[in-house]
Amino acid sequence: MDQFTINLLFVGASFAIYIGIAIWARAGSTSEFYAAGRGVHPVTNGMATAADWMSAASFISMAGLIAFTGYDNSTFLMGWTGGYVLLALLLAPYLRKFGKFTVSEFIGDRFYSQTARMVAVLCLIVASLTYVIGQMTGVGVAFGRFLEVNNTTGLLIGACVVFAYAVFGGMKGVTYTQVAQYVVLIMAYTIPAIFISLQLTGNPIPALGLFGEHTASGEPLLAKLDAIVTELGFREYTMHHGDTFNMVLFTLSLMIGTAGLPHVIMRFFTVPKVSDARWSAGWALVFIALLYLTAPAVGAMARLNISEMMWPNGGIDGGAVTVQQIEEEERYDWMATWQKTGLLGWEDKNGDGRIQYYNDANPDMQTLAAEKGWQGNELTNFNRDILVLANPEIANLPGWVIGLVAAGGLAAALSTAAGLLLAISSAVSHDLIKGAVNPRISERGELLSARVAMAVAIVVATYLGLNPPGFAAQTVALAFGLAAASIFPALMMGIFSTRINNTGAVAGMLAGLVVTLVYIFLHKGWFFIPDTNSFTDANPLLGTVQSTSFGAVGAAINFTVAYLVAGMTKATPEEIKELVESVRIPRGASAAQDH
Amino acid sequence: MADNSSNSTYWATNIRIILISLVIWALVSFGFGILLRPLLAGIPVGGTDLGFWFAQQGSILVFLGIIFFYAWRMNRLDREHGVDEE
Repeated sequence: MDQFTINLLFVGASFAIYIGIAIWARAGSTSEFYAAGRGVHPVTNGMATAADWMSAASFISMAGLIAFTGYDNSTFLMGWTGGYVLLALLLAPYLRKFGKFTVSEFIGDRFYSQTARMVAVLCLIVASLTYVIGQMTGVGVAFGRFLEVNNTTGLLIGACVVFAYAVFGGMKGVTYTQVAQYVVLIMAYTIPAIFISLQLTGNPIPALGLFGEHTASGEPLLAKLDAIVTELGFREYTMHHGDTFNMVLFTLSLMIGTAGLPHVIMRFFTVPKVSDARWSAGWALVFIALLYLTAPAVGAMARLNISEMMWPNGGIDGGAVTVQQIEEEERYDWMATWQKTGLLGWEDKNGDGRIQYYNDANPDMQTLAAEKGWQGNELTNFNRDILVLANPEIANLPGWVIGLVAAGGLAAALSTAAGLLLAISSAVSHDLIKGAVNPRISERGELLSARVAMAVAIVVATYLGLNPPGFAAQTVALAFGLAAASIFPALMMGIFSTRINNTGAVAGMLAGLVVTLVYIFLHKGWFFIPDTNSFTDANPLLGTVQSTSFGAVGAAINFTVAYLVAGMTKATPEEIKELVESVRIPRGASAAQDH
Repeated sequence: MADNSSNSTYWATNIRIILISLVIWALVSFGFGILLRPLLAGIPVGGTDLGFWFAQQGSILVFLGIIFFYAWRMNRLDREHGVDEE
């Protein structure tokens, strides 16, 4: 059986399971759609949250970004897990106590203002839409590879599947489908990592293998990796090279953004009790950590494997891999398959029949290249987003592992994309159209507008996904910046301060969102249209602050503006202060009235 | 009113626990993982130093500890102040 068939089988079987579960859960459950989480054990709920949360960015993209940059991209690891601390301590229990189902509803009620609710809807749509673009990038990569077509065709096919999936899978039995998706996703991520860790270090736990010994050389794995990449003129893997201030800001933006993303927050509305909301955040992070502790090992080991494959005879002195080897040897087959997607490319520039992979921007390497007659790096294109999907092929693992990874990548991208599209469509149909434009809209009309909103969102995301503003994880990082600058501060101030009034909150959210969005557009192009940018992230407008790191600055602007404006306008009414007091204690509203 | 003063002690204690937790949260990630890494450079861990470990794995494990500690501590505090859910 060839690899293509195996991939189809695995992806087909996993889809059959999700659909089967969706039908089963639908038949067995009479509870309403929003209450799907109630009565579900916090551990199960944590697993579903983990699947909802870990997207194409975590699964497909993150390890690749770590692999090619090393220590500096630890930001993704800390940022996307540290946000759960903020969520568990500052938001989850209080929002659960409040007891409404959407983030915009909380903001509308707490700030006693329809305008505040509409601004929250706007922030939610902008952040979620940016997030979907990142998912579509990942979906394009995964479908491109697994159907063996180019990236654009893969993206278009993926868009159709996501649309069908969001309409079908989104409506019923979400929680249990997501549990199945988590199981597929985590197996697909860890099984190849275990194989590779065993090959390289003899340790079956990749997270420990990363700090273990490289069996072939007897050196520590990371020391060996540092030696190999520096020989090729790249910077040491384990050392800090970038700007420290930007690294701190970027990590902080990802953390705050995690706690401000509506589709994650919504999960904590549906647990049975306030105390469960606290536990549930912890369980979600346990299941997320299983992948996040493995990811740095996947990155480092893949970088080592790729470097050794390009120089198979023991470093530069042994000579580079020959074109003939790439074309004929079985262990290089992955290069030919990935070349078809247009995301991997090589070119024998100096015509010596070998492919030299090195850092041609490094002056020392340029001197060496002149001596050796090299004419630049010949591994001309290596898209970071392919690394995790190509990893089992690079390590020469059995066909079923490769099929499993294809299924896992699609599970990650589809579950998150569907969740986000649902968040967007419910914001448009429920909060915007029913809440403001036409309160007397019929149920059918509301449903129709939800589907239309979903279709528009997916068309926009697909169009922008064809020319993404970055690799999947970078695009997603922009979405986090937007959520950090707009939604998180409003929620936090709503709970922890009674001083912030309606005007303050609206001014704060608008200031945070607009400034952050403008900063992103200045660097990534207006509305992400290529070549309309005035600055680049290599040389940003403000010092060393890149557009992906701006979310924390946007959040600070939001807080400051809200405080200043609230100080100048009418104080919060007493009944709202009482609402805030009641949100702060877990005991239910009816019990509190007994005193 | 006794209940109000109990509630304000409850809230003040909660804020104190949150602040302590957030100090640890920042110390392991922004501190040990990034800014204080040079200070930890002398402590070798598997071919690199302790700061690298905190940035890639240690901070995540500490985050887990913080969340579970907070859940446990707050659920106890709820009962002490009689504000838990029946």
